[in-house]
Amino acid sequence: MTGATTARDRRFRLTHLQTIAVVLGLLGVALVGYVAPNVTSDDRTFGFEPPPEPLDVTFPAATAIAVIGIVYLLTAAVSLLERRGTRWTRTALGVSGALFFPLVVIVALALSETRSTNVTQLLVESLSLGTPIALGAMAGLWSERSGVVNIGIEGMMLGSAGVGFMVYAIAGDASSTSWLVASIGVAILTGGAIAALHALMSVTFRVDQIISGVVINLLALGVTGFLRSEVIVPSGVTSGITTSAIGLPLLSEIPILGPQLFTARPIFFAMFAIVFASWWVLFRTPFGLRVRSVGEHPSAAETVGIDVIRTRYLAVIIGGLIAGLGGAWFSMESQGGFQDNMTNGTGFIALAALIFGKWRPWTAFGGAMLFGFTRALGSRLQILGVELGDFEVPSELWQSLPFVVTIVVVAGLIGRAIPPAAVGKPFQRSR
Amino acid sequence: MRRDLGAQLRRSLDLQPLLVPLLAIVLAFVSGAIAILAIGSDPIEAYAALVRGMVGSTDRIAASLGRSTPFIGAALAVAFAFRAGLFNIGAEGQLLVGATAAAWVGTWATVRGLPGVVAVPVLLLAGIVAGGIWGGIPGALKARTGAHEVIVTIMLNAIALLYVRWLVSSQDPVILRDPGATVPRTATIDDAARLPGIVDSQPPLHWGFLVMVALAILVRFVLQRTTFGFEVRTVGTNTDAARYAGMAVGRTILVTMAVSGAFAGLAGAGEISGTAGFLSPGVFVSIGFDSIAIALLARANPLAIVPAAILWGSMLSGAGLMQQEVGLSIDVVRIVQALVLLFVAADVIVRTVFRLRKTRDDALETTDLASGWGGQ
Amino acid sequence: MPVAPDAPVVLEGRGITKTFPGVIANQDVDLTLRAGEIHCLLGENGAGKSTLMNVLYGLYQPDGGEVLVHGEPVRFGSSADAIAHGIGMVHQHFQLIPTFTVAENVALGNETSRRGVLDLDGTRERIRDISSRYGLHVDPDAVVGELSVGVQQRIELVKALYRDAEILILDEPTAVLTPGEVDEFFRVVRGLVDKGKSIIFITHKLREVLAVADRITVLRGGRAVGSADPTTATEQDLANLMVGRDVVFTVDKGPASPGAAVLVIEGLEVTDGRGVTTVTDLDLTVRAGEILGIAGVEGNGQRELVEAVTGMRTASAGTITVLGTDITRANPRTVADLGVGHVPEDRNRHGVVGAFSIADNVVLNQYHKAPFSQRALRREGPTRELARTIVRDFDVRTPGIDAPVQTLSGGNQQKVIVGREMTRDVKLLVVAQPTRGLDVGSIEFIHRRIVELRDRGVAVLLVSAELDEILSLSDRVGVLYRGRLVGEHDRADTTREEIGLLMASGSRAEVAT
Repeated sequence: MTGATTARDRRFRLTHLQTIAVVLGLLGVALVGYVAPNVTSDDRTFGFEPPPEPLDVTFPAATAIAVIGIVYLLTAAVSLLERRGTRWTRTALGVSGALFFPLVVIVALALSETRSTNVTQLLVESLSLGTPIALGAMAGLWSERSGVVNIGIEGMMLGSAGVGFMVYAIAGDASSTSWLVASIGVAILTGGAIAALHALMSVTFRVDQIISGVVINLLALGVTGFLRSEVIVPSGVTSGITTSAIGLPLLSEIPILGPQLFTARPIFFAMFAIVFASWWVLFRTPFGLRVRSVGEHPSAAETVGIDVIRTRYLAVIIGGLIAGLGGAWFSMESQGGFQDNMTNGTGFIALAALIFGKWRPWTAFGGAMLFGFTRALGSRLQILGVELGDFEVPSELWQSLPFVVTIVVVAGLIGRAIPPAAVGKPFQRSR
Repeated sequence: MRRDLGAQLRRSLDLQPLLVPLLAIVLAFVSGAIAILAIGSDPIEAYAALVRGMVGSTDRIAASLGRSTPFIGAALAVAFAFRAGLFNIGAEGQLLVGATAAAWVGTWATVRGLPGVVAVPVLLLAGIVAGGIWGGIPGALKARTGAHEVIVTIMLNAIALLYVRWLVSSQDPVILRDPGATVPRTATIDDAARLPGIVDSQPPLHWGFLVMVALAILVRFVLQRTTFGFEVRTVGTNTDAARYAGMAVGRTILVTMAVSGAFAGLAGAGEISGTAGFLSPGVFVSIGFDSIAIALLARANPLAIVPAAILWGSMLSGAGLMQQEVGLSIDVVRIVQALVLLFVAADVIVRTVFRLRKTRDDALETTDLASGWGGQ
Repeated sequence: MPVAPDAPVVLEGRGITKTFPGVIANQDVDLTLRAGEIHCLLGENGAGKSTLMNVLYGLYQPDGGEVLVHGEPVRFGSSADAIAHGIGMVHQHFQLIPTFTVAENVALGNETSRRGVLDLDGTRERIRDISSRYGLHVDPDAVVGELSVGVQQRIELVKALYRDAEILILDEPTAVLTPGEVDEFFRVVRGLVDKGKSIIFITHKLREVLAVADRITVLRGGRAVGSADPTTATEQDLANLMVGRDVVFTVDKGPASPGAAVLVIEGLEVTDGRGVTTVTDLDLTVRAGEILGIAGVEGNGQRELVEAVTGMRTASAGTITVLGTDITRANPRTVADLGVGHVPEDRNRHGVVGAFSIADNVVLNQYHKAPFSQRALRREGPTRELARTIVRDFDVRTPGIDAPVQTLSGGNQQKVIVGREMTRDVKLLVVAQPTRGLDVGSIEFIHRRIVELRDRGVAVLLVSAELDEILSLSDRVGVLYRGRLVGEHDRADTTREEIGLLMASGSRAEVAT
């Protein structure tokens, strides 16, 4: 175990960009040289439905795959030639990354008997499935930007999903929209209250922040299970209405994408607003500057008279309110009802999206949508019935796609993510 | 010299370090009682049923210990990674993968002819290797590319869950599914590969429990007395100093994660071998997450994990009786468990409630787990 | 520029007492600051200077005594109150957020906004204003983490002036500056006083005190032990007052008798973590029994040089050999096993594991070797024996060898490290900033040990930003300037002024003129 030291030769290690270039190059060679010649050369169709005027884009599958392969080869060449991330390389990498999504769909279509698939629907599903993940990631963003690790997002969402639906269940008139709205409000406040508990433990009592988060997850699991069996079930209301879709004026009339994308449910729309607002407040306002300063260097913030404790409380609670809305999505927008552990790990996925996005709002949102897309894609591919030779690809394999893609992206493209400098460190006020 | 011995003796008899966890447990139960009162049940009656369920008879005690067995291994996995500054959320997946490997190996024709002293270790080794690989992946990625182990282990949990479900339930082709069974499950492993039972309770207490206790002692020994343990602790406490001291930080991270995964894999294999005898999808849910709580409750101290896991397992084991007799949902136990962890961690609360003073030892003991959040 | 003795008192601490668990940091300290003066507060590391200033700046609440501003008693709940009373402070450890821009750092806590949006235009404007007015040039849009310490210091001053500070507390402001930068800094400070500011200047450097102070107060062991008049006091007077006994400035050492070359570096080029080349085309040789001192302002490649020699960083070009063995691409363990000792620059980050006991720390880089381990098992006997030896021989003040190193003072921590590296069988000792932040007693002790090691025939590469340290210990001296080694000479053939000039400009051209 000891004496034997590794003789690593660091001098000839590939740079990060070179590694990406090599991977992309190999992928490009495989696509052009192997995949394209071996799949059907029939036409495949991307449908942009719904009617009245569905738009169909039809193309020969093999050609499309070959074209994307060539783009990858070009990107690899550009990345290998350029030493640093110049504008050219960045553009090429961006295009290649974006092309990955249609590539997967096209390859799947080419391997399937189905000739056409509805792309609009896929897009809408992705965004919808990404909604709670994005909300969870914003909850984590607020907390961690202020220097408080939050692995209790899961518990905050589960707790507010449960308490929100409980209020809805015991309120009486269970089919009334106003009760539903009020219950969503309760869910949001519940998220804030759980976050306040997290702040109390980790900021005031300086309990290790990870322990505090685990406590919250356990507590939420126990309390919501308890409330479900002792309050919700006895109340007799185990299922309820969900929020109804609203169409944004004007936007929902945009041809092709508009009707599907801009006619949706309120929490879905609120998610976009919250991502924007989180970015705007954190990066454009004095309050955001203070929150970030407290997460980076609390004692520096203290020397200019900022109340570190108060700022952390506020940020953690704002995050909790957002997580509360995420919880409401589960029990009152996605399904009308509450089951034990219904968030089923979404809070942890949100945490992954946050780290994936390097603690920045738009990239974290992108991470959440990547999960949403791969989830939607997983079920879509399952429907398409993709076959490799005689072997029908099992649904589990498709469902695992988001997780595999995340590992590849995190390990291959993102690498080391640098969190706010003071995250996880309890702050002791000077006295 | 003699005075030294006296002081040492006094220190080892000093119950102060135990006092706070004990009072935390008391406080957690009292707080849980409030929830029980709130829904109009009698907490004393409920707790009496719970305690009877935990330790009411030999059978009950055995069942509690049996329930605790996988928790010890999985919590050791989490704790060992903690000591190297790594947060292994992946015990869940590693345990499942280990259990699957064991369930598979246990049906091998070659195992059938073997004597138990060979077959059981082979089975456990399969779990160790599979869990080790599943845990080694995030370790390798972290060491190589800096990928955050929290993300990778969360993803690997989900992947393990899906793939194991496929392996166990797929009918075309049949992979691990027992073709004769009506529900998806693997074939029962050979009797030779079964860990011998001690008490035939429900769940049974088997030799796996003693294996886990021995593992805890071994982990303690490795951490305190071996050069590898010293490397693990140094990397976990101060990575820069480890690099300065000539330790291979990346390799230590990789090995630690693989070893951590191996512990969880062993816990899974032990359950297959000692308890169920086969694997069905959806089993072992939340053992991995409970083990995080147990590792934290024990402050990543391997010897403290044994009592912490027993407390945890026996509470879950006893909850059934409470549900039967008093009609309270087992979620009450979940709430009390969360509160135990809360009060142990927030010892300030316990000290305030019971008016204890902070001793110097306590102040030094506090481990700072969250500061490893940002990785290296 | 004497200040009238009847100038009004702007800031006063009366009978300030501040205790921390187990330590009395300040006891009954009186201090007055008059309008338009530079009042120097002199004291050793750990004398209680920073505590006193934190009390005056509202970060600590005193346990006894009171603070008066313009003769009015005040009670500061936080630094915000002190700022509101026109007090600004430049901390020894800069309180700047590395990921923020200069303007964001300056505005923080004092932001202006337009319709809710953070408005930094006004801040930029005022920064430029202050820059030109006081000669503190900074670019408002630069990201702080990418700036040199000298610039960061200016930002700290701008930050205080932005808040309309009339009273400035400067805590060890020159610790990170070159002699040239120090002179420039003094000009800035003088300029501030001329424009009506009053300044408390904290330092432990005697030369500076005499150069800049209008009045001097000496702090020792948390008490104000005396005051001095800069026009009449000598460095020796101040040193004795500061330490409480007679201090010997010079290190007692005989002439070196250099032997064979131990460390030979040729054409070395090293890049730092961000990919910037910080050491360029460097050649040097250290022979057995001599001390080669490398002077230079921090950030000129010292860190990367030391890391390359000790195996913690791989050179991008050139060769490094120790006793004929090429170690250019060796890892730290190989290098250490060859007989290279390393006292690292940042002792808490690299040198010790604070939570571990002294015993564990003395084997930090040799735990894997006999007699400290045998077949992957650690052996406690030899480990504890070594710890006891080091505690005894290196005068480590500790309750025992099981005490966690983080409970020791900085000086004692450093003695543990120095002890560990010197008791190993070393042929070459690489020492970086060995006495930073230590008290005079520890400094003397460590200096003596380094010289003893040289006399035993060990080659020593000493890297220090403290020019005095380089001058008093080295047999040969070189200066690192922008990654190049310049002006390498025998100590006897060079002067303080010459080295200072090399540090500042990399050439000696001006010496001739």
